[in-house]
Amino acid sequence: MDFRLSELQRELASATRDLLDARCPASVVRASREKPDGVADLWSALAELGLPGALVPEDAGGLGLSTTDLLPALQETGRAAVPAPIVETALVAVPLLAAAGNAELVAAVAAGDAVVTVAPAGEPVPWAAAATHVVLLGEHVSLLTRAELRGEPVPAVDGSRPLTVLGGEAGHGETHGEALGTEPALGRSARARAAVGLAAQLVGLAERQLSITVEYVADRRQFGVPVGSFQAVKHHLADALLAVRFARPAVLAAGLALDADPVAADAATARAVALAKATASDAADLVSTTAVQCHGAMGYTDEYDLQLYAKRGWALAAAWGTATEHRAAYGDALGLPRSH
Amino acid sequence: MDLSWTDDQQAFRAEAREWLTANVPARPLPSGDTRGGFTAHLEWERTLFEGRWAVVSWPAAYGGRDASLWEWLIFEEEYYRAGAPQRVTQNGIFLLAPTLFEFGSQEQQDTLLPRMAAAQDLWCQGWSEPGAGSDLAALTSRATEVDGGWRLSGQKTWTTRGAFCTHLFGLFRSDPESERHKGLTYFLVPLDAEGVTVRGFGRLDGDEGFAEVFLDDVFVPDTAVLGGVGNGWRVAMATTGSERGLTLRSPGRFLESTRRLRELAAEHPERLSGRVREDVVDASMRAQAYQLFTLAQVSDLVTGTPAGAESSLNKIFWSELDILTHRTALALRGAEAAVDESWSRGFQFSLAGPIYAGTNEIQRTIVAERVLGLPRVGR
Repeated sequence: MDFRLSELQRELASATRDLLDARCPASVVRASREKPDGVADLWSALAELGLPGALVPEDAGGLGLSTTDLLPALQETGRAAVPAPIVETALVAVPLLAAAGNAELVAAVAAGDAVVTVAPAGEPVPWAAAATHVVLLGEHVSLLTRAELRGEPVPAVDGSRPLTVLGGEAGHGETHGEALGTEPALGRSARARAAVGLAAQLVGLAERQLSITVEYVADRRQFGVPVGSFQAVKHHLADALLAVRFARPAVLAAGLALDADPVAADAATARAVALAKATASDAADLVSTTAVQCHGAMGYTDEYDLQLYAKRGWALAAAWGTATEHRAAYGDALGLPRSH
Repeated sequence: MDLSWTDDQQAFRAEAREWLTANVPARPLPSGDTRGGFTAHLEWERTLFEGRWAVVSWPAAYGGRDASLWEWLIFEEEYYRAGAPQRVTQNGIFLLAPTLFEFGSQEQQDTLLPRMAAAQDLWCQGWSEPGAGSDLAALTSRATEVDGGWRLSGQKTWTTRGAFCTHLFGLFRSDPESERHKGLTYFLVPLDAEGVTVRGFGRLDGDEGFAEVFLDDVFVPDTAVLGGVGNGWRVAMATTGSERGLTLRSPGRFLESTRRLRELAAEHPERLSGRVREDVVDASMRAQAYQLFTLAQVSDLVTGTPAGAESSLNKIFWSELDILTHRTALALRGAEAAVDESWSRGFQFSLAGPIYAGTNEIQRTIVAERVLGLPRVGR
């Protein structure tokens, strides 16, 4: 029993943070709102670090890591609100493509040449413009090139995570793309991976917003003292920290559950995944609400960077199952009857 | 990173489970916060001691098993899983003993610990006073040095099971010129000493679980001082650190209470509305989250990273979880929630959680100031 991060996990996370501090400051996230396909340089840097192909075996050009190994680094990508589908590519698409025997595309991902976004069929596709490929999870799992994708951009709350709504049959999972498989296990494990990857990012996003807010309230003075010295503000922020601290171990435990049960067949795995996504979504939601409130009117501006991280949090909390949906799923996995 | 137990830890769990299965009373004992129930619980405490399960984390010389923190967590899980009785010796074993191990003289340890483990000495806590609750440093009970010892005077209150205990540990102002945290001394006081009056009184649930302790010029020898004259605040804070965190409320307790909540839900499908189902699930999820948080915390502790102010997070989390669990149980019981039984009593007791061991308001302030580093000016 040892629930501390391994040296490898710590080092990859720390290298990711250093890289993103330099290459993905708020200004880059902000700029991506106008130019969603303008993150190629950032993607190359992530690929040099090995993140997109982290789960690809070493002899195929990847890092050969486990899901759990990658989660602390993904938390850092959340902290920086990386405006690209890194969870979708690294944690969801790679195992799907590998299972389907698409070694060529796996190699391209590991080399940083392919960017694969993933969405549930019928739901808006994030970052389609920045991706070379799209995987849709419906009854079938299908792979499309970006050129094959027929859809229209829709305005997104988080402009740095643009959304495309698919038209025609594609929206219903009937696509003319390449079928990657129909086994329920394939879609189930992909959904679980997506939920856990986003949960890791949500923890990072929550931490970022909390640290921005702590810094702000320690600095901002009213009535002659820092507003952070007021008990009402302190207690809001203590609750925000509590939510973040309890979400983090839940996310890592979900990674361990998926590594032990990659097809997410067990009820215990289903519970671990649901716990991770629900607690991380709730934590990010509480932190963003608290952060906006503790900033006063400053929190209600576009100019201040806090909103970039708050909006990403809202977007990710809504994706791959809301907290409410995951709580219901947790109850199902406990065998609790659905209410009448 | 690894969330599995070793073979030795699994063997420890199996041994604990087997013993508990064989020894836990088949019928629940009457409340340990009543005079009759307390006696029944003492019998259980002595059974635990004879089985060497009373103080698993203590050295074997004092009746323990030298169990690691991991094994202690395992024991707690098994203890609650088995539905074993509440620990009426808790305040001595979990609050005073860690302080004795850290600050006690060899003689104090050798004299007091074995009697505590065997439930011969029964310890209650003497912190709060009528004018010093959350603001403990406002305490006015005083200790005056005399030939060969000290004379103690003052009033302690909210003393849990004080009317049934034999000894009290508490803080007294030993320097009359001192203010606040300075000039306090930690004393160990036998309640049968001349000048001590104990008056039990009812808690919210009606049990005589509280007491006021009046000390009128009570003589105690120098050996009654724990951790040095004038060091009381530092010595006491070490105790409250253990109280807030793990040792007071381990995850096993909440894993079991939420399991029982789901059992209750299965008995009342007609009351499992959307809202109630969500609450049952939420409580279950929080219990699991608390377990995982604790595993991460203990992983740090056993490798030398102290929990410090972060233990305030535990306290806020479990106390709120406990209220949610019991409130949800009452929703499932419908009109029977008005019947005085274990869930309705548990609900009332859960309301004490955010108050005892430092109110949650105090804990949130500690988290904000010492973990987040927010400025201390103002209140």
